[in-house]
Amino acid sequence: MIDFGFGLSPSSRVNLDLRDKELFSKLIETESDALKCMACGSCTASCSAGVFEETSLRSALLNLQNGNKEKALNLLSHCMFCGKCTMVCPRGINTRHLILSINKIYQAR
Amino acid sequence: MTTLLNTMYTQITPEGIIDRYPNSYNHFVLPFVIGISFIIVYLLIGLIRILYHLTAEDRKKLLVSIFTPKTAVKNIKDIFCDCLIHTKIWKRKPLLGYMHSAIAFGWFMLIVLGHIEVALFAPRHLDSIADGALYYPIFYRFFIWMSPEHETLRGSLFFFLMDFFLLYVLSGIALAMYKRVRSIALGMRHTTKPSLADRVALYCLWAIFPLRLLAEGFTADLSGGSFLTRPLNWLFKSFFGNELNFLPTWWLYSICLGLFFLAMPFSRYMHILTEPMLILMRNAGLKVRKPRKGFAEAEIYACSSCGLCLDACPMNTQKKNLKYSSVYFIRFLRRHNEKKVKEIAEKCLMCGKCYALCPVGVNSPDIRRALRETSNTKLSYDYAPMDKFSLPVEGDQKADIMYFAGCMSHLTPKIIKSVTTVLESAGKKFIFADREGGICCGRPMLLAGRTEAAKELISKNKKMIMESGCKILLLSCPICYKVFKDDYDLKDIRILHYTQYMNELIEKGELKVTKGSLSMVYHDPCELGRGCGVYEEPRNVLKAIGELKKAEKERDESICCGGSLGSLTLDNKDRGKIAESSIDNLTAENPQSIVTACPLCYRSFREKSPIPVKDFAEVVCENIKSN
Repeated sequence: MIDFGFGLSPSSRVNLDLRDKELFSKLIETESDALKCMACGSCTASCSAGVFEETSLRSALLNLQNGNKEKALNLLSHCMFCGKCTMVCPRGINTRHLILSINKIYQAR
Repeated sequence: MTTLLNTMYTQITPEGIIDRYPNSYNHFVLPFVIGISFIIVYLLIGLIRILYHLTAEDRKKLLVSIFTPKTAVKNIKDIFCDCLIHTKIWKRKPLLGYMHSAIAFGWFMLIVLGHIEVALFAPRHLDSIADGALYYPIFYRFFIWMSPEHETLRGSLFFFLMDFFLLYVLSGIALAMYKRVRSIALGMRHTTKPSLADRVALYCLWAIFPLRLLAEGFTADLSGGSFLTRPLNWLFKSFFGNELNFLPTWWLYSICLGLFFLAMPFSRYMHILTEPMLILMRNAGLKVRKPRKGFAEAEIYACSSCGLCLDACPMNTQKKNLKYSSVYFIRFLRRHNEKKVKEIAEKCLMCGKCYALCPVGVNSPDIRRALRETSNTKLSYDYAPMDKFSLPVEGDQKADIMYFAGCMSHLTPKIIKSVTTVLESAGKKFIFADREGGICCGRPMLLAGRTEAAKELISKNKKMIMESGCKILLLSCPICYKVFKDDYDLKDIRILHYTQYMNELIEKGELKVTKGSLSMVYHDPCELGRGCGVYEEPRNVLKAIGELKKAEKERDESICCGGSLGSLTLDNKDRGKIAESSIDNLTAENPQSIVTACPLCYRSFREKSPIPVKDFAEVVCENIKSN
């Protein structure tokens, strides 16, 4: 795709060709809950680590869907596993295990 | 009798005892000898394996503790109380305790008395293996002829004791058989499904003692007997009148013993031999380092697979979840079934009830944690941004008390508000460490097996606390409390849960409360009760401010609220079911409200409870006497 350079704000275009479908489907296999997320952001709002540095499961999931693996891992690297996000999730997602699985699947080289 | 006495050995001891066989040997001892040799070799190899996998430091610890008089005394006491008498089972389920001690202690006494008898009356047979030291004391009654004219009081006492303990064991075996049919009669709702080796060993164990009775009954007129074997002998004589049954019963007895020993290492009965070793290692202060080797292996083989943890496990509300109990976890570990082991390890709530109620004291939650560690500790993390944390600045900053609310308390601001109100009305100055958010205590990371990450969080928090110069660290979350107490090593700083601190304030008269009419039931949070042993303080306070009712099961038997951070994979629905069963247990006496001292329990109960749920601090706060 060609960037003509006329945009005022940086492009938020998603290049789906770059997306690693294999890893994401592997994630869905172990964590079917990942698709339940409706991106409400309760997890991000309550996050203990978010006080210090941007930490967001919601954004991480979106980034994974869009193929931004590095950014997603970055958004979760400060997680302290305290479990507040699990308590507040309106969809009842087991967020802690989801974070664990994302780390396990995407960190593996 | 004449045919048997033909081959009689001629030497008569002063006690009137004659060896009926010149070499004191008969082929029937072979199955027993094979069995006992196998188990001795197996045990030795196992022992070497376990010692080999301990770290050098642990081995030294073990050696030192065995030869330290204080722990040596404790070892002997523990082995006697836990392995033979099983005081832990007696306390909770007397009939089951009787059953177990009858078999364990009774059998032990039969072996010991048998050896003493041989040592007194035929000592040369204990000298070497060639003289039959391995089997002679076990089959003593077969090999001797007791001249009736020479029977002494001393000898008769042994006859009586042997018969008495045989009867004692038989009563235990009878109860054990009944337990197979109706386990609830002995206080067990669920029992473990026995494996094949378990069955072989079990049926052999059942057969050993009745066969011993039969065998000794047949020989009682030759070798002496007492109230049990003598009448039996008379009865057999009047029915059979010959000695044709004589040898077959001794053969069968020996075969059952041999088979039992052969099946032992693959069955639950291995605990008979491994439990004393586990006690030695535990008293030496060893901890699980690897999930399958060293100390953990001793724990795995010491599990008696009794199934008491099945009734204890909060997961038992749903039958499908029974398979996540510790018995099966340990069984799969023993069989190296990696897939199932991992699944169970991640599902567990880590409430610690199975450990608290385990008669052997197998710390299976710790093995689970070690197992999680193997797969999770390598995951990377980045806690550099947490260095930005600084204590909130307020006034002169000098306060002896530091209040650390913890992540979970921040989800329930009511608790924080109540704690601070209580502190203020007692006139205490305090630093609220994580007023604007803080670093997690590290316990959730530890439970998830991410030990490296947890250690970093712990060191950051520790630095912050040590630098603050506080003298008391006050916590409102039992999860934090547990880790601060166990893993932080905060030297002179007193670490207190708010239930303990408020109890102290009331006892010292620094906080005045009024007694209301509210009837409450107190829920013991897992980490506070079983984890740290805090049971009395919250109850003292609640008794002072209202009417305290009892739950059906409480203290170390309290049921997890289902919200525990220990479980990694348990879903919301199953957690809800556990919360419901926990609430049913709490509301047995129809209290007006449930009081708990953990923000997590508070949230879990709030969603399901038909009656109001209150936090401990909230209730105290409501009952402060205003001046």
